[in-house]
Amino acid sequence: MTAERRAVALPAWATSGLLPVLNLAAAFAVSGLVVWAIGESPLEALKLLLYGAFGYGEAIGYTFYYATNFIFTGLAVSVAFKCGLFNIGGEGQAMMGGLGLAVVAIGLDGWPPALVLPAAVLGAAIFGAAWAAIPAWLQARRGSHIVITTIMFNFIAASLVSWLLVGVLKAPGSQSPESADFPEAAWLPKIHDLLAGLGIQIEGSPLNLSFLVALACAGLVWFFIERTKWGYEIRVVGGNPGAARFAGIPITRTLVLSMLIAGGLAGLMGLNELMGLQHRLIANFTMGYGFVGIAVAFMGRSHPIGIVLAAILFGALYQGGAELAFEMPTISRDLIIAVQGLVILFAGALEHLFRPQVQALFRRLGALGEAHG
Amino acid sequence: MADLYLDILILLDSALRLATPLVLAALAGLYAERSGIVDIGLEGKMLGAAFAAAAAAAVTGSAWMGLLTGVGASIALALLHGWVSIHQRGNQIVSGAAINIIVAGLAPTLANHWFHLNGQTPLLSGDARFQALIWPGVDAIGNLPVIGPLYAEVISGHNVVTYIAILSVPIAAWVLYRTRFGLRLRAAGENPEAVDTAGISVYGLRYRAMIINGVLCGLAGTALSTGLGAAFVRDMSAGRGFLALAAMIFGRWKPVPTLFACLLFGFVDALQGRLQGVELPLIGEIPFQFTIMLPYIFTVIILAGFVGRIAAPRASGIPYSKEG
Repeated sequence: MTAERRAVALPAWATSGLLPVLNLAAAFAVSGLVVWAIGESPLEALKLLLYGAFGYGEAIGYTFYYATNFIFTGLAVSVAFKCGLFNIGGEGQAMMGGLGLAVVAIGLDGWPPALVLPAAVLGAAIFGAAWAAIPAWLQARRGSHIVITTIMFNFIAASLVSWLLVGVLKAPGSQSPESADFPEAAWLPKIHDLLAGLGIQIEGSPLNLSFLVALACAGLVWFFIERTKWGYEIRVVGGNPGAARFAGIPITRTLVLSMLIAGGLAGLMGLNELMGLQHRLIANFTMGYGFVGIAVAFMGRSHPIGIVLAAILFGALYQGGAELAFEMPTISRDLIIAVQGLVILFAGALEHLFRPQVQALFRRLGALGEAHG
Repeated sequence: MADLYLDILILLDSALRLATPLVLAALAGLYAERSGIVDIGLEGKMLGAAFAAAAAAAVTGSAWMGLLTGVGASIALALLHGWVSIHQRGNQIVSGAAINIIVAGLAPTLANHWFHLNGQTPLLSGDARFQALIWPGVDAIGNLPVIGPLYAEVISGHNVVTYIAILSVPIAAWVLYRTRFGLRLRAAGENPEAVDTAGISVYGLRYRAMIINGVLCGLAGTALSTGLGAAFVRDMSAGRGFLALAAMIFGRWKPVPTLFACLLFGFVDALQGRLQGVELPLIGEIPFQFTIMLPYIFTVIILAGFVGRIAAPRASGIPYSKEG
């Protein structure tokens, strides 16, 4: 502890660059042990994972495709967190967002894309936002613990959507729990098609327009939180609720607002998965992306640029992991989930793990510098 | 009338059985939070223990070996969460969520590696499962009116883990309110500075709370895979860790009210099982997606409507550092 009291302040690149990289390395080292324990070569696995994520054009497209989901869910966690709320409900909010856009897309059959696309986006955002606002209001007014309520809302959303998918929304003649196909007007264009229109040829992948929407959202969230009055109020309520009350900031309204935005962002995840690739609503399309958003937000230090970078990392892990599971049959999708959990643990909860060592290193370097200078 | 009475008893019987993992996990969360550590990783520890217990029971053929292994695995996970929360001063909610995800992936991976059964463990039978204990005199007392069926259906005929769960409640109340350790534990969760000033280690108390937490979650997981079920199945904890946490809050961080909250949750769960495929007057058959929603909706209503603003242990979730 005394070492920390004499702590040198670490430069920004060390806290937001070096420490996360060290944590990531530690998570990979433990994952390597697991891979080794089930009888595979960790180095070979890492090589396959990296190649699967970045080795060729299609792989990179897929990596960014998955990253799109994580940008949305990561932003959803971070906006709520700025207001001091722990939003574990990204999963359910994304599910309801998917429902919202499916209802709009199928309901507006026959309309032109210029109307259907914005309406579907709005549908996704509104459904997601509404699903997040209820737990926020319950926390602010009734004192229900938002962590528990949002988790319960995840379960309820999953049951609700799967009920609709075997009932009202079920595709006629289909056996699986999925809706009818969206009309083509509600399909988001693929990036490789858009670039081909500009005369640039890249390999085909599911990467679609929603990636740009996600980047725009990251920028807008930054502007909203850092540069607007409402964003300021969110930060004050999150940082010091007592001060916020004295300053006359309406607490309930601010809490609900931050969760509305968070839920809306999580709801937009369906843009990528459903309007970008599946073109129909399917049960469980959220696949745990909402939970990964927690790690993305923490690893990205709740800053939009950090969140985009962390989202790309998890996108690479997803895509590389899928390729790895394909190449090495002993390594299953389950193991990749465990690796994600380890990354979440090391990057999200163990952020101080290497701080003392790095500080000691910087102190020694500083002392050396003084001795020589 | 007699039929209705028997129906209610059968419902209570399955409520008690379904409440078993909830009671154990809720008490686990209670010890942790009373010492100052928030634990949303109950789910993961239960799942890990369920896997370890089922795997060990399948290999050794003994449910008791399963129990030991399950408890061991759960203690290891609890200490990991303790280390992150206590020494590393990490975010306790992220740590708990991460442990849930790690176990959800690791357990089926290991199950596949060892048993090649698509992420499950072999079906347990005979001594590899905890069998129902039939209490003495069931035949004699069972024939008495009113009391007889109550004794035979509800009190007798559970497995040993259920009885351990029920016993854990008075033990927890005694430990927390009647022992020096309990007093210090509660103090560590309310005012760790005072504990530290008295020369008692806050870290030590919190680690001990996490070991108890591990034992209880281990029992809960063991109950899932070797008592209620007969194998480890992917995601078999199905949100029970979170329901337990809600029951603990509903029980205001106190052992006996928590028990009743868990019994209520168990009852709702038993009811949803009973309602599946049953034609109700006026409403008709409720789709099963709605009946499985019942416990979750119930939780939200309970937390919003009946709990109100209640104080969690004051230092719960806040890492302790001597420098303040």
